[in-house]
Amino acid sequence: MKKSKNLIYSAIFGVIILLLLFFLEANKFQYGMAYTILQKGMILAVVAVSMNLVTGFTGLFSLGQAGFMAIGAYVTGIFLIPSDSISEVYYISGVNPAIASFKNWLESGPAFLQPIIPYLALIIGGLLAALFAAVIGYPVLRLKSDYLAIATLGFSEIMRAIISSPQMDRVTNGSYGLKKIPGFTSIFEPFGIMVVCILLMVLLLRSTYGRAFRAIREDEIAAEAMGINLAKHKQMSFIIGSFFSAISGGMLAMFMRSIDSKSFSVSLTYDILLIVVIGGIGSVSGSVIAALLVTASKEWWLRFFDNPLFIGGVQIPLFRTGFRMVIFSVILLIVVLFYQRGIMGKNEFSWARLEKRLLKLFKRGGAKNA
Amino acid sequence: MENNNLLELDNLYVSYGGIQAVKGISLTVPKGEIVTLIGANGAGKSTILRAISGLVKAESGKIFYKGEDITGKNTTSIVEKGITLVPEGRHVFPDLTVLENLKIGAYLRKDNLQEDINWIYKLFPRLQERSWQMAGTLSGGEQQMLAVGRALMSKPELIMMDEPSLGLAPIIVNDIMEIIKTINKEGVTILLVEQNANLALKIAHTGYVCETGNITLKGTGMELLSDESVKAAYLGKARRK
Repeated sequence: MKKSKNLIYSAIFGVIILLLLFFLEANKFQYGMAYTILQKGMILAVVAVSMNLVTGFTGLFSLGQAGFMAIGAYVTGIFLIPSDSISEVYYISGVNPAIASFKNWLESGPAFLQPIIPYLALIIGGLLAALFAAVIGYPVLRLKSDYLAIATLGFSEIMRAIISSPQMDRVTNGSYGLKKIPGFTSIFEPFGIMVVCILLMVLLLRSTYGRAFRAIREDEIAAEAMGINLAKHKQMSFIIGSFFSAISGGMLAMFMRSIDSKSFSVSLTYDILLIVVIGGIGSVSGSVIAALLVTASKEWWLRFFDNPLFIGGVQIPLFRTGFRMVIFSVILLIVVLFYQRGIMGKNEFSWARLEKRLLKLFKRGGAKNA
Repeated sequence: MENNNLLELDNLYVSYGGIQAVKGISLTVPKGEIVTLIGANGAGKSTILRAISGLVKAESGKIFYKGEDITGKNTTSIVEKGITLVPEGRHVFPDLTVLENLKIGAYLRKDNLQEDINWIYKLFPRLQERSWQMAGTLSGGEQQMLAVGRALMSKPELIMMDEPSLGLAPIIVNDIMEIIKTINKEGVTILLVEQNANLALKIAHTGYVCETGNITLKGTGMELLSDESVKAAYLGKARRK
């Protein structure tokens, strides 16, 4: 009875979201802001959930997300730039002949293969990042908490330095970055990828592996005594998290159309960490909600603070470009001070909980009116 | 070997960072018995258990389980073979539910768990009442029950308990001891490390007294209970002049 009710709620919710997306897709020029923000929010939701998998569920405080995203973004970028414009992109040192011939081979493939190439690129980027994660995870995952954070942060910066180094000019176009990356054809593409990625991670977290991850987070000694192989599971979580971070990086490349190594600096990792903390460390639905909320407030709802404001002919001071970031920081401080567990804490979204909350709110409102 | 010993330690040495905690210990745990290891703080009792379960490596000496040498094996394969440790201080997973805690105990098993979960609930009705509660919100005694139940979920033949009475009220300690006896009657061999020598010796078939890394005495539970030097050192009775 209860289960079928939840199913109905979820189905209605799903239909509403799809209708909303159809509406936005049809009127994307009119609602350009919402369209863009929603896309970026979806992309950040994927990486936030992947970071939550590693940090929130397995308890490995890793700050290497930007590095793995960069790998995914560059692989996707190199795969997708059309070979006609490749010489325009690599206008300084020219492109590596191997890449050029690979791209020609790819584009001369059968026609039915062409639409799959973006997905293929995302997956290959993910696999490459997973490989990097496996290699660096072996020594780095022996470290605990803060030390692990510093080591992964270092990795992320090294990745960025390698990408922008002149030696890589013919592969990554060095510090000039990649441009002319074909974007998504519709909002349904990033939405579909996000749903599949998050669904896969949720399935993993609900399996016995997910339970083992949480056991490691809670108590390493007890987890080991229960026969859980700590090194193996930490490695696994780290590799899977990196895989999905790279997919999100690839999506970001397709969203931004042009990338350079500076887009993947430490501040990107901090942005994601912020989403994870606001959403609730250890809550997948929290991360998704926070990804949308944080992106929307940062890029959209708080925009008006950036414009000069006049009240009664008097210009209110402080309202100028950049002020929204101050407001944003204040909001962040409030969240950290008063909602340490974030929006969701360690809980997942459930209709029953929402119902209870709303009823309580309604009752309180009713009492006031009476 | 045609003996009935489930576990045998042969001249085991274990060191932590240059300090020898266990200095040549030999003991046997016969199948189906409760064997207790008593001794003061720092006698090396916990280290022995940690070495058996593969959490620390033995420096020298051998550990045999069912006649097979398991020295130096990792914890995962030792749990698979049927030895499970209930770590000192309970160590339940506080932010997981009671049921999830139990399921993690059966992590290495691939078969159906429901039967064993029911068995645990029968042993500890309290856990069933609280199966959806976070383990961190349980009382100390309930957490200890959960820790024992979790260890039982791996279907061990030998369960090793490290100070199950630590930090519990006396009345609850009695419950725990009863539970240990019940589990033993169900066919699980038990190696119990305790500081509460009085209680441990009362339920044990065999007891060993451990002092600064050595075994100084061995006997049946009753023998040790009435032994003058044990009384003096661990049971709080003055040596007769």
